[in-house]
Amino acid sequence: MNIFKKIRKASILFFFSLTVAFGYANSFSDTAGNVQGNPIDTNEEIRDYISHHLQDSHDFTLFTNGKTGKHVGFPLPVIIFDEGFKFFMSSKFHHGTAVAESGGSYYKIYHGKIYKTNAQGDLTLDAHEHPTNKRPLDLSITKSVLGMLLVGLIMILLFSSLAKGYKKNAVPTGLSGILEPLVLYVRDEIAAPNIGPKYRKYMGFLLTVFFFIWISNLLGLTPLGFNITGQIAVTVCLALFTFIIVQFSGNKEYWKHIFWMPGVPVPMKIILMPIEILGMLTKPFSLLIRLFANITAGHFVVMSLIALTITMKAAFGPIAATGTSLILSLFITVIELLVAFLQAFIFTMLSALFIGMAVEEHH
Amino acid sequence: MDLLNDFSPGLFIMQAVILLILIILMRKFAWKPILDAVSSREEGIKDALASAEAAKKEMQNLQADNERILQEARAERDGILKDARELKTSMIAEAKAEAQAEADKVVSQAQTQIQNEKKAAMADLKKQVASLSVEIAEKVVRNELTNKNKQLELVESMLGDVVLN
Repeated sequence: MNIFKKIRKASILFFFSLTVAFGYANSFSDTAGNVQGNPIDTNEEIRDYISHHLQDSHDFTLFTNGKTGKHVGFPLPVIIFDEGFKFFMSSKFHHGTAVAESGGSYYKIYHGKIYKTNAQGDLTLDAHEHPTNKRPLDLSITKSVLGMLLVGLIMILLFSSLAKGYKKNAVPTGLSGILEPLVLYVRDEIAAPNIGPKYRKYMGFLLTVFFFIWISNLLGLTPLGFNITGQIAVTVCLALFTFIIVQFSGNKEYWKHIFWMPGVPVPMKIILMPIEILGMLTKPFSLLIRLFANITAGHFVVMSLIALTITMKAAFGPIAATGTSLILSLFITVIELLVAFLQAFIFTMLSALFIGMAVEEHH
Repeated sequence: MDLLNDFSPGLFIMQAVILLILIILMRKFAWKPILDAVSSREEGIKDALASAEAAKKEMQNLQADNERILQEARAERDGILKDARELKTSMIAEAKAEAQAEADKVVSQAQTQIQNEKKAAMADLKKQVASLSVEIAEKVVRNELTNKNKQLELVESMLGDVVLN
């Protein structure tokens, strides 16, 4: 338990110092599709800003000067598969205001998505305000992809150093001394009790997913503005991995329970079959929705509370508004630190549970 | 929020590729060596505990052995001491008996010698008495030839001379 206290203390200090130092002052100067030098100060603009943040982005923008409309950040590479691969930097889009030309085709960003357009960049919108233009397959190194690569790099660096440490000393010290109990925690509290004696085979997946989700969630709490696990595509992918592993691990009893439930009368067997098949799909579906919704809600709430400093200024004055906003967002950020761990734990735990149900031996 | 519209197939593919590569890399370079090292360490700890337990048991056995050997040695010492004591008393008794026997023998020898001496003396005396008797008889015979009274007197005087012990 001591180790968890240490980690909690260190991460709280780290993230709060970052949040207070950068995030607070600057996060609301970033403008999305609002580059006319108009600071974000209305409810409508704040809502747009938050939903822009929750989406993936093709630029890495740290902050924007609201008065001049100048973005501080760097462009990211865009990779499009549209009649062959096309590479260019996202600076070509000029933060969504310009049409980018590549290989004779024209592309425009609308609400974070790349659409194929004509040379003038005309978009035809349908009744739901969605462009009807074609969306090419966008394999860009977006902000979330950059975040994933960063998370992967952090994981490889941390844990390969832990692995190397064992060659010198059987008992790790320093940072590895904090990491080892976490690995053992996943093994002893998540994998072994839920999967049973065959757990060793699934450790690679469970450990990777656990630390990937946890570090991604923590990275989302930094003012860098990553929102990796809040992307539905990411959680779908994670849940799909669990789904595939569960189906491929399933033994005879597992499939028998789905298609021909033993121990019940024949009519019940027929009724249960579609329910069980549905259950096969709802398990990973609950995983992906839970993770996505928790992280999205967390980001939404923290940003909304930070925005109180603007929305309440008229009613309470700048000092009271900022103070209220600071206290509330600090409080919620602490909860989000817990949620970051909890969601990683639940995802891994339920994955292990589903695998355990598939490999369980019935006697 | 429009989940279907928000779903980006490109991001999904990127995530799948990155996650797959990450799982493979982490398995090879991190999880496998870490879990192997930890489980071998746990085995080591278990073995060490077991061998410590065994050593403790052996120690106890050894101590019990020592105790037993000590007791045996003590018993042996007591036995030896007892034997020695018995030997001493028996030796003293034997010596005493021997001395007694020797003394008895000397005394009995002395007595037999005395007896023998006495017998020899008696025999000698008898011989002397016999020769004296013969002498007396000679003298008596001679005197008888002369005087009967005198003969009697002589016998009487001679008998008076002989002192029988």
